[in-house]
Amino acid sequence: MKIGVLASQGAFAEHIAALGELGVEAVPVRLPRELDGLDGLIIPGGESTTISKLMLDYNLLSEIKNLAENGLPILGTCAGMIMLADKVPDSRVEPLGLMKIGIRRNAFGRQKESFETELPIAALGEKPFPAVFIRAPVIEESDEGVEVLARLKDGAIVAARQGKLLASAFHPELTGDLRFHQYFLNMITENGESGRESTAGERR
Amino acid sequence: METGTWKVKTGLAQMLKGGVIMDVVTVEHAKIAQDAGACAVMALERVPADIRAAGGVARMSDPVVIEAIMKAVSIPVMAKCRIGHFVEAQTLQALGVDYIDESEVLTPADEHYHVWKHDFKVPFVCGCRDLGEALRRIGEGAAMIRTKGEAGSGDIVEAVRHLRAVTDGIRDLEHKPQEELMAAAKDMGAPFELVLEVHKTGQLPVVNFAAGGVATPADAALMMQLGADGVFVGSGIFKSDNPSERAKAVVKATTHYQDAAIIAEVSKNLGGAMAGINVKQLKPDEMLASRGW
Repeated sequence: MKIGVLASQGAFAEHIAALGELGVEAVPVRLPRELDGLDGLIIPGGESTTISKLMLDYNLLSEIKNLAENGLPILGTCAGMIMLADKVPDSRVEPLGLMKIGIRRNAFGRQKESFETELPIAALGEKPFPAVFIRAPVIEESDEGVEVLARLKDGAIVAARQGKLLASAFHPELTGDLRFHQYFLNMITENGESGRESTAGERR
Repeated sequence: METGTWKVKTGLAQMLKGGVIMDVVTVEHAKIAQDAGACAVMALERVPADIRAAGGVARMSDPVVIEAIMKAVSIPVMAKCRIGHFVEAQTLQALGVDYIDESEVLTPADEHYHVWKHDFKVPFVCGCRDLGEALRRIGEGAAMIRTKGEAGSGDIVEAVRHLRAVTDGIRDLEHKPQEELMAAAKDMGAPFELVLEVHKTGQLPVVNFAAGGVATPADAALMMQLGADGVFVGSGIFKSDNPSERAKAVVKATTHYQDAAIIAEVSKNLGGAMAGINVKQLKPDEMLASRGW
């Protein structure tokens, strides 16, 4: 299995390291030709305006959109979640528009409101997930076909899945807890639809 | 829910990686920087080249300038306090800036002590010239480091010197036998625990950007190839002939730092770079990098 990590800007090295710990080959993607032969793609946290601009300038936006419409699984964390959404009420970001979710950027305020919390995510098991929120967005609305995976105590949606697309407002790549990445890998291999090897889910 | 933790402080710096942080003095500058793809801006009253030219005492910026810039852009906004001036730092935290730069570009308020940065919820970035200085700042609570270079010079030579000093220092520590680590900590004036950590991991415990002298896309890519996690561009953008195009070019060169064809392409038709000062012509007491310890 080979996973690409969008490396236009942001915390891509952390995702590559997390995948490495799970025994999966991960490669940085900065240009469309680097999307060839991927079994999945991660769009990392970073600044969504920066990432959006670099994706547009180097034709990544349309290429990734095409691949996703043909079934490429994608995980987006924080800025990556914003890029997956179809409703981002901010002209400074042009998202991929793949998931039927509406986003509010910087939903908690500025950096001094950034926080950590133990987040219950039923899909990952009983043990709560150490979730790090950094100037994080939230999902304000989600249409049919979107499965909500996690909410904060106040009800705000912070993780969701739609088919082979997975999004989190927090940063699983910063915690050393690999369950969220493993969930993404399992998602890629389930139904035998994708993935050249199906070893990912068995590795742990 | 816990705010102001080490994880969220260092985490924001991790989100800035691979990006360009630009000095801006007006709302218009800030928008140009954001449109160009800057991952954050540093809100200032004057860019370092102008601070250098004006002389006198350089202080924290007017809160009105900082707040206007915070309102104008959605990317993180940083602001500078003087070295050791913890009340300027408290003020910046009250304003809600996303990162505080305890900076040698401003006139130091304390010649002996830096701010105790662990007490703040807002994270700090601090300058360094070598690994010892980086680890001292991290020991005081800096959640991000930048090599100092020579601000406002447009001359990359000091930035290269300082980044190489940091990476050489890391390489040295990594390969030292354990019994030499305490002596190394003593020699470099660094906290022993952090020396042990660098020895073990072979990297700095926080993100490190390059600063002080970046004026061209190739300068930015040079610092990235030398191992910086990202770059600060101070005077290099808004003291050049075409700030908007230069800003875009520096952003692209930082992302595609290993792709010489892209660097060549983005370096075309940018107009003049900032005039700059050859740092060899500066007197020792004119070097901003020597402020702090």
